[in-house]
Amino acid sequence: MEGNPTFEALSAFAATWGMAYFGVIFMIVIAYALWPSKRAQFNAAARIPLSED
Amino acid sequence: MGIMDGIYPKKLRFGEIGLSVVMAVLAAGAIIVAAKAWTPEYAFHAYLFSAAAVAAIFAIANRYTARDAATPQMIDGKPNYNFGPVKFATLAAMFWGLAGFTVGLYIALQLAWPMFNLDLPWFSFGRLRPLHTSAVIFAFGGNVLLATSFYVVQRTCRARLAGDLAPWFVVLGYNFFILIAGTGYLLGITQGKEYAEPEWYADLWLTVVWVTYLLVFLGTLWKREEPHIYVANWFYLAFIVTIAVLHLGNNASVPVSIYSSKSYIVWSGVQDAMIQWWYGHNAVGFFLTAGFLAIMYYFIPKRADRPIYSYRLSIIHFWALIFMYIWAGPHHLHYTALPDWAQTLGMTFSIMLWMPSWGGMINGLMTLSGAWDKLRTDPVLRMMVVSVAFYGMSTFEGPMMSIKSVNSLSHYTDWGIGHVHSGALGWVAYVSFGAIYCLVPWLWNRREVYSLKLVNWHFWVSTIGIVFYITAMWVAGIMQGLMWRAYTALGFLEYSFVETSEAMHPMYIIRALGGGLFLLGAIIMAYNLYKTIRSPEPAALGSRAALVPGE
Repeated sequence: MEGNPTFEALSAFAATWGMAYFGVIFMIVIAYALWPSKRAQFNAAARIPLSED
Repeated sequence: MGIMDGIYPKKLRFGEIGLSVVMAVLAAGAIIVAAKAWTPEYAFHAYLFSAAAVAAIFAIANRYTARDAATPQMIDGKPNYNFGPVKFATLAAMFWGLAGFTVGLYIALQLAWPMFNLDLPWFSFGRLRPLHTSAVIFAFGGNVLLATSFYVVQRTCRARLAGDLAPWFVVLGYNFFILIAGTGYLLGITQGKEYAEPEWYADLWLTVVWVTYLLVFLGTLWKREEPHIYVANWFYLAFIVTIAVLHLGNNASVPVSIYSSKSYIVWSGVQDAMIQWWYGHNAVGFFLTAGFLAIMYYFIPKRADRPIYSYRLSIIHFWALIFMYIWAGPHHLHYTALPDWAQTLGMTFSIMLWMPSWGGMINGLMTLSGAWDKLRTDPVLRMMVVSVAFYGMSTFEGPMMSIKSVNSLSHYTDWGIGHVHSGALGWVAYVSFGAIYCLVPWLWNRREVYSLKLVNWHFWVSTIGIVFYITAMWVAGIMQGLMWRAYTALGFLEYSFVETSEAMHPMYIIRALGGGLFLLGAIIMAYNLYKTIRSPEPAALGSRAALVPGE
């Protein structure tokens, strides 16, 4: 299918690098959430609603 | 800071003067618009704006005479929480809930017995339906979100709400938007776009209110005493920011004249349709999901007195949900002029949404792990846990319906209505009811709601109502879809449209019965809350009671 070359170029760029960008960010989020040494910090955070003044 | 009282004389604050001037200008400008308006309906709205602006000036003056010279951030080492706007939004939620459920019941009766149209334009189904959807989603749900977000952000940040007049402006301004939107539908003023019916001037007003909302929320996070931002606040923030973006994108319209209520959108054709459903589906994803998940992440742990099952899962839940929801909108436009790849994209992301949705559901439900007995003894907690179960059910059903081949049967049928109501009644309303049952005793310093027995009645009456509603719509919708695609041996359509309507009549009556039970439950709730607030017994000096000085 022939399309507008500008559109094709932009959509190819977005489909490749946009996806890579989102993928990398998501991997960083997963790593942050599962980082072993953060266990204590997250356990404390989970208690915030229960330990209000 | 409390000792400053009496040392410094009371002065008008910059915000009080500034907002009064703005309101005075608005009042005068609205009068001019009213005088030159093209239609009497629009003139009526301009007068409403003017009256509201004058009322705002009086309210600011009244508040000035009543307030202390200084508003301390802390009293006796504890945050001086600002719960006035929270109380207002809580009561407004209950009021609009009753109104919205009543209109819903009325239009359900209209579908079963069309004579309820009364042959009057203001009562026609086409005008009352958006009144119902907006009343329950934006008026009821919106006030629940305002109340809970302003409560939760203060408590979890251990900081007073940012802004002096701003929180009140947000709460009152939002409810004024509801008034303009709702009366507009009855008078025939609408953009005709699902969940985005209000016309340009109402949208403009909402934009101002919403940006103020964002600033109040961010400002409170900014001055927090608690270093970590609790996950509920992330969900609230995602809800506020995304709704702002969606609202601006889908309402990029140009008014015909400042003296006319009519406007035209700058997008055209299928692009307009795509933006409308990008908006529409994310109204579901960020208003009705992210915002109410924030409620789940605060109120269920609080009520169960247990931390959330997995805080790590909550982080992954948050990011996965907001990454994926935003792409799911095109599933509303299957088999339309929208390009095929966009339809497939919408479908694929909808199916992927199963994972974060169920991750969140498991996180909410498993919080009860080891304390399941509380479901037997505490009907408030039971309501919230059942809401999470409904969340799981409707987020299973939704992706399934987004699959093109399923959608070819379900789209445009009452199955869609059933799906929406399992989410709206089962998930959104139930988690809201649970949160309000928690909030009212906390805000009014009561140990507990007036009667847990009545909460139990509310729970069972409305649960039976929901089951009636959903099952009736499943049967009606699937039957309708099958009848539409039935062919005779000669290749003609087997049924006319009116034959499908006749076949669905019994289901419509059952649906109205279900809606009636749901409304009855809400009436029981309103009575219970009224008695809670009016009962003389103040809470014993427990953990909560001592915490709300300055209110």
